[in-house]
Amino acid sequence: MPERELTFAQAVREALAEEMRRDSHVCIFGEDVAEAGTPFKVLSGLVEEFGSGRVVDTPISEAGFTGVAVGAAMTGMRPVVDIMFGDFITLTMDQMVNQAAKVHYMSGGHWRVPMVMRTTLGATRRSAAQHSQSLHAWFSHVPGLKVVLPSTPYDAKGLLKTAIRDENPVVFFEDKMMYKLKGPVPEDDYTIPLGVADVKRAGDDITLIATSSMVQVALGAAILLEKDGISAEVVDPRTTWPLDEKTLIDSAKKTSRVIVLDEGYGRYGVTAELAAVIAEGAFYDLDAPVKRMGAMHVPIPFSPPLEDETVPTEQTVFEAARKLCGKE
Amino acid sequence: MTTATSKPEAGHDTAAEKERWLRAYRQMVSIRLFEEQVNEVYTRALMPGLAHLYSGEEAVAVGICEALRIDDYITSTHRGHGHCLAKGAAPDRMFAELLGKEAGYCRGKGGSMHIADPATGNLGANAIVGGSVGIATGAAFSSKALGTDRVTVCFFGEGALGQGSLYEVMNLAQLWKLPVIYVCENNQYNEYTHYQETTAGTILGRATAFGLEAARVDGQDVRAVNAIATQLVKRARAGTGPAFLQCDTYRYSGHHVGDINREYYRSKQEEQLWKTDRDPIKVLSKWLIEQGHADSASLDRTTSEVRATMEAAVKFAIAAPYPSVDEVEKHVYA
Repeated sequence: MPERELTFAQAVREALAEEMRRDSHVCIFGEDVAEAGTPFKVLSGLVEEFGSGRVVDTPISEAGFTGVAVGAAMTGMRPVVDIMFGDFITLTMDQMVNQAAKVHYMSGGHWRVPMVMRTTLGATRRSAAQHSQSLHAWFSHVPGLKVVLPSTPYDAKGLLKTAIRDENPVVFFEDKMMYKLKGPVPEDDYTIPLGVADVKRAGDDITLIATSSMVQVALGAAILLEKDGISAEVVDPRTTWPLDEKTLIDSAKKTSRVIVLDEGYGRYGVTAELAAVIAEGAFYDLDAPVKRMGAMHVPIPFSPPLEDETVPTEQTVFEAARKLCGKE
Repeated sequence: MTTATSKPEAGHDTAAEKERWLRAYRQMVSIRLFEEQVNEVYTRALMPGLAHLYSGEEAVAVGICEALRIDDYITSTHRGHGHCLAKGAAPDRMFAELLGKEAGYCRGKGGSMHIADPATGNLGANAIVGGSVGIATGAAFSSKALGTDRVTVCFFGEGALGQGSLYEVMNLAQLWKLPVIYVCENNQYNEYTHYQETTAGTILGRATAFGLEAARVDGQDVRAVNAIATQLVKRARAGTGPAFLQCDTYRYSGHHVGDINREYYRSKQEEQLWKTDRDPIKVLSKWLIEQGHADSASLDRTTSEVRATMEAAVKFAIAAPYPSVDEVEKHVYA
């Protein structure tokens, strides 16, 4: 039987539906999550199956409904909050950083916050500076939060199911440009543990560590590199916290060259952290400095040729990898 | 919108009433003397960090919590010792927390501003002004979703009226008819600034704009606070929806223990007037004596007993061990 394929959006929806069937405490809060199924149509059909008491349309009050989710999570529910664009996490920061992330610790372990925040990242949708950012580094910085960055439909389903079952606040970033990406997704009830990286492609000459939207870019670059005689390994950490440092370091030791790719800003960002992990763990095995590639340090511009300039592409990664391997 | 008074309902049971108000008296004295000990321990440099005293506001916490069940929820504030005690917290474990000891409610990791206790429905004190309004509303969402009849009380000072998230969650609570009561303790001062300098319009108007049941009460009269709280709790428990209660009260001390020279923002005369004319413990003791429920000797005995309890609690906390340093990485994640 051929493997069933789903889009990334369908995989997210299937994970939610399965978990909502499994556990009546799972509920969804967000703007236009019910009948509208979100502007991305990721949640279409859920309100019809689970009702408006569990797929709850909210006012445009990100701080308010995120706070409600924190309190609901503390008192028996397992809410999944939908923040339409990752740029809007700014509005939820006190609830996530000062409340959700700290409740368990501050209470000496007495209260728990088993909630998920689903949101998006990624540029090149021509949405300009307030609908295009990749701000997952901010949450990765905060003790008490876990941060998930799925890069395939398979990972999206398995990781989201794990996130919903986790006893902690988990932030789940979906690349909005990837919603239509298709891939094999089993119908089984499988889960993927948080903190386990995945080698998306094995190789010997250079490691491309890539997250979320950059995994597909790295895989495309690897094909170009192969034609050029360079064997690239693509490693996806899948979660920025917990972080599977060992798999990243092992790959770096094996290939001796590393490019870290992430669509967030490089400065003080995910690429900085991952590069530091490699520098600390594989320094004596490296044949070249670790190269970082991420969004340019500018607000995302609207004009298409300008916007396209801001994020790494298969071609720019290919060129950087060749250079790192000594092929000018 | 209603203004509450302390008229007891007709046909009440005198013995039960006497017991209730003597308990309320003991609770208010407990809070007052707890805070006296905090002040003492803090000024002797035995307590790290900050101490925000609740003295003067006792009738609010006690009047409200006496209308709640042990399994009802509260959220509290940086000035939260009174709420925690009124909801049933033990003074010795509270003092242990204030001193950062392992026997504290949060194993010493929360401190004065973060006391939390699932056994008494205390979702936690919050050191972000207005920071718990979402949590309280979420707990009320759970009550409704899970089909329990638990009510949540969200305590906050009038300083939180400046936070937009309060308006977001009041809107949600009214849309979804959640069993939550927002209790605004108007102690007159946002830290070092009189609330009239920071608050346009009326306080109750903020709640009525969203259609919440809204009431204002003399927060120095525990019987009045309890009377209106009982009505609002009953209403919330029945599923009628959220409410907002403004309690007019006064913070006897500074914003925190170190806020000693306060004349640039309020006069000593003003402080003295509240203490002599409107002290919540004096108001209740006068009534108890008038009703023949107590005499000054019996009330003094209560005070002595409570003082002994508080002194013992402090001794316990001082003697209690600090957490071991390997505690530092525990409970970051569940």
